[in-house]
Amino acid sequence: MSMTYSRRTKDQLAARVAQDIPEGATVNLGIGQPTLVANHIPPSREVLLHSENGLLGMGPAPAAGQEDYDLINAGKQPVTLLPGGSYFHHTDSFAMMRGGHLDICVLGAFQVSARGDLANWHTGEPGAIPAVGGAMDLAVGARQTWVMMDLLTKQGASKIVRECTYPLTGLACVKRIYTDLATLDVTPHGLRCVDRVDGLSHAELEQLVGLPVQA
Amino acid sequence: MINKVASSVAQALEGIPDGATVMIGGFGTAGIPNELIEGLIAQGAKDLTVVNNNAGNGDAGLAALLATGRVRKIICSFPRQADSHVFDALYRSGRLELELVPQGNLSERIRAAGAGIGAFFTPTGFGTELAKGKETREINGRHYVLEHPIHGDVALIKAERGDRWGNLTYRKTARNFGPSMAMACKRTIASVHEVVELGALDPETIVTPAIFVSQIVQVERQATQAGGLKKAA
Repeated sequence: MSMTYSRRTKDQLAARVAQDIPEGATVNLGIGQPTLVANHIPPSREVLLHSENGLLGMGPAPAAGQEDYDLINAGKQPVTLLPGGSYFHHTDSFAMMRGGHLDICVLGAFQVSARGDLANWHTGEPGAIPAVGGAMDLAVGARQTWVMMDLLTKQGASKIVRECTYPLTGLACVKRIYTDLATLDVTPHGLRCVDRVDGLSHAELEQLVGLPVQA
Repeated sequence: MINKVASSVAQALEGIPDGATVMIGGFGTAGIPNELIEGLIAQGAKDLTVVNNNAGNGDAGLAALLATGRVRKIICSFPRQADSHVFDALYRSGRLELELVPQGNLSERIRAAGAGIGAFFTPTGFGTELAKGKETREINGRHYVLEHPIHGDVALIKAERGDRWGNLTYRKTARNFGPSMAMACKRTIASVHEVVELGALDPETIVTPAIFVSQIVQVERQATQAGGLKKAA
């Protein structure tokens, strides 16, 4: 295959996701890669970040030496609270998630199906210790669930699949998939291309995904 | 006179029986009542079922309790962490039973126990392995799973300030499971960093009202340590 295109870096991908988060949105960024999105929301845009462990109005990481491990995010990293931010207990926090009060959540994924099924919590491999956390609540609770991931596995297989082979997190819950090569919408009529990196043709994208993608 | 202030951790933990279901507050290391867990280890109750979001970080706190071998089962949402080696070894060798519950279901099942709810339908987990064998129902076009409450015998939680009636406030995200666990158990023991006079806590800001708390015990403040993090690359 002619590699006339290059992948978005993790920061470029995070910036691409951030571009679509509107002013005033209430957003939960999942652990791992999605955390990077916060760094790319323009300062001119006011967005309320929610963290499942009980805060709304989450701010950036504290300065070195200022860490307070009673103030952490879902990934257990030290964070800060913006003026106007609030603390609340876990059950209220998950009511915010499950109750449809979050505008957007951004999650990592092992696989997403063409229907929007999400697999991101467990490889299902023998001996693997499962851990689910808040992924299943976020997947079905936020008004829009976005996924952020590499399009291909290290072995070159598409992570967008007809049917997920990994254990599911939620059914038909993903609305949009941001990847290092393209952004795709999951629609009732199948996958639709929103954008692709320069130099990647639509035909090449379809070939990589291995499923029909509307232009 | 109502006085829920215990004179020591040991006194607060007296009488916790073998076989008890013990809810332990905390998310990662924030809100983990380390002094109460150390007290429980010293107290010696065994054959315990523990409810916590995680399954211990490093070698202290909940991990130390697991390492005693006195925990039969853990109900949690996120056991696997960068520093969960104590749990990992016990689980892999079959010495610890795991009930894995999506985090919001865990929290809501705890709350439901405290609120007298018989069971509830939640969309979380529908169609996944974690809902296998559970009753489901379609309500207004959406699919739900029936989840049952988790009742506890004892809750061990970490609060910030308390008074002799047992009213509590918390600190930052260390609040996490404390308020729901306090409701869900026959007996709730809270550690606090400060015991204040009745009336000193602003009634508008009391988070856990006295009715949910059995005993409080003052412990010295120790800075919460980092936990659950991968070593910086």
